[in-house]
Amino acid sequence: MSREILFEIKDVNRTYVDTNDSTVEALKNINLSIKKGEFISIIGPSGCGKTTLLRLLAGLDVQESGTILLEGEEIKGPHPARGYVFQQSSLFPWLTVEKNIASGLKARGVYKQNKEEVSQYIKLIGLNGFEKTYPHQISGGMAQRVAIARALINHPVALLMDEPMGALDAFTRADLQDKLLELWKENDTTMILVTHDVDEALYLSDRVVIMSPRPGKISEVLNVTLPKPRQRSSTDFTAMRNSILEKLHLASEIQQPEYTI
Amino acid sequence: MSIIKYIELSAVSVAGFLAAIFVNLFFKQVAEIEINTYPINSSVSLTADQAYRFVLLGLILIYIAAAVYSYRNEERRKKFLSRVPFRFVIGLTVALWDILGTKLLLLPQPFFPGPSRIIESFLMEGDYIFQNTLYSLRLFTVGFTLGVAFGVGTGILIGWFPKVYYWIYPVLKITGVIPAVAWMPFALTLLPTPFWAAVFLIVICAWFPVAFLTAQGIASTPKIHFEVAGTLGAKTPYLVLHVAIPHAMPQIFTGISSANGFAFTTLVMSEMLGQPGGLGYYINASKVWSAYYKVFAAIIVMAVLFSAIMKVIGAIQNRVLRWQRGLVK
Ligand SMILES: Nc1ncnc2c1ncn2[C@@H]1O[C@H](COP(=O)(O)OP(=O)(O)OP(=O)(O)O)[C@@H](O)[C@H]1O
Ligand SMILES: [Mg+2]
Repeated sequence: MSREILFEIKDVNRTYVDTNDSTVEALKNINLSIKKGEFISIIGPSGCGKTTLLRLLAGLDVQESGTILLEGEEIKGPHPARGYVFQQSSLFPWLTVEKNIASGLKARGVYKQNKEEVSQYIKLIGLNGFEKTYPHQISGGMAQRVAIARALINHPVALLMDEPMGALDAFTRADLQDKLLELWKENDTTMILVTHDVDEALYLSDRVVIMSPRPGKISEVLNVTLPKPRQRSSTDFTAMRNSILEKLHLASEIQQPEYTI
Repeated sequence: MSIIKYIELSAVSVAGFLAAIFVNLFFKQVAEIEINTYPINSSVSLTADQAYRFVLLGLILIYIAAAVYSYRNEERRKKFLSRVPFRFVIGLTVALWDILGTKLLLLPQPFFPGPSRIIESFLMEGDYIFQNTLYSLRLFTVGFTLGVAFGVGTGILIGWFPKVYYWIYPVLKITGVIPAVAWMPFALTLLPTPFWAAVFLIVICAWFPVAFLTAQGIASTPKIHFEVAGTLGAKTPYLVLHVAIPHAMPQIFTGISSANGFAFTTLVMSEMLGQPGGLGYYINASKVWSAYYKVFAAIIVMAVLFSAIMKVIGAIQNRVLRWQRGLVK
């Protein structure tokens, strides 16, 4: 299956300067191309630059050097065609659940034509009955689902998600994972998912990108060829999980010397 | 709580005022004072004491109504009951005041008239007090509304545009600490009528805190809200109107509340310094004749009027900020 390339990331570097003038190489020499319609997961220990990479793809940040092309063109700022789900809670606290989802349409000025979609997406994320509640009245997991719906209502070409299921219990998590798969199949949206959960990455994605910290770089990209829907308890699945865990372990061990000095 | 207990406590609530009525009726009038009768209409006329008792009776009826109204709701019931001792003591205090200020005339006169004497001013010139109240209310409404509007407007500009912040913010900080009435001489010469001069002063004093806090609220909007809106496709107008301003709303209301207090002060001061009407004017005019009971009457009207205005603003605030944690029931 050879598909058109959506994101082309070439030799990308991103360095942050701290307040005390020390520099952090958040991303170093990143090379990756992401195909249209692909489901890709980024996994790696804390501080390895996952969020930084995702923000570059969204156009929320700019790289120091290197190029990122979106269908052959450079990314200029954020765009609703690249939906983004933030790691921390990001709902507008002054809007109800319903209006937060509608804000995806309102921000683009297309609310009037697409009003009915709001209730469809509320149903999709299973929050019927919570339309009129405010963000502080719902749980963290519910809030993340609202954030996903808000991004999806714009029918993005790519959905960039930064640990959207971190705050969910195992049950809701599995449920939402299936919903994501469903959406992905229906709309052919390119899914880029940052996660800490190896199972989640394996269950959902075509490819798993493993990153390692200090400097933040891609240590390995794995193809997951198991047929979908996947069985989490199958031998192939567990074997793959163990190998990823081992690699992650190695990835985080690289930083060991810095600690022991 | 049982209904019997609730009724008992509600009774205590009005018992103080009831005592005040009885004191007024049965405590012997020792001091010699003039007792005037004022015609209400062609058939009814009242003395000051009778009017005073009517007012007390009115209060009792209001509290009984409040007790009945509050009974059905747990929270309102608690609130109502929490004030029982306070209302009881207020009633007794009024009764005591009646004894000292009217019955025995022990308080230094004419500075501390009894309660019925204060009520008497409404019998004497209720219409006139009403007119002055309307004048104050009009002045306040025009000045305060304009001041808040200007304050929010400039606050948004200051908070949003760094250039405007650079040039205007220092000016705001310096002029803001000057009490508005200091501008009185200029206001009176530069503006066509005393009314508009006073409006100008109220606008200035309301403008400062509102602009200051609006600017702060706008400027402190977390970056993530803008980033979210950006990924949803929002342009600048949306960012200002639907992100920065809603975020600034709590602070805008803090500004409005303090502006409210400043505006009352400026209102009364400017009325005392050169207005053809208003409660401040009425106080000044009464003082000249040593009619301190009228001064007290005006003060009572102010207290009622200003708390009513604050109630209205509070209600609007609760409605607008209902999304905040803890405000939603
Ligand atoms: N705005 C910033 N200023 C300074 N340093 C930053 C900034 N953003 C990220 N960093 C640094 O860059 C590195 C990568 O951060 P990033 O947020 O991308 O990590 P992450 O992989 O998303 O981690 P986590 O899993 O904890 O979210 C970290 O060392 C972090 O301290
Ligand atoms: Mg992160």
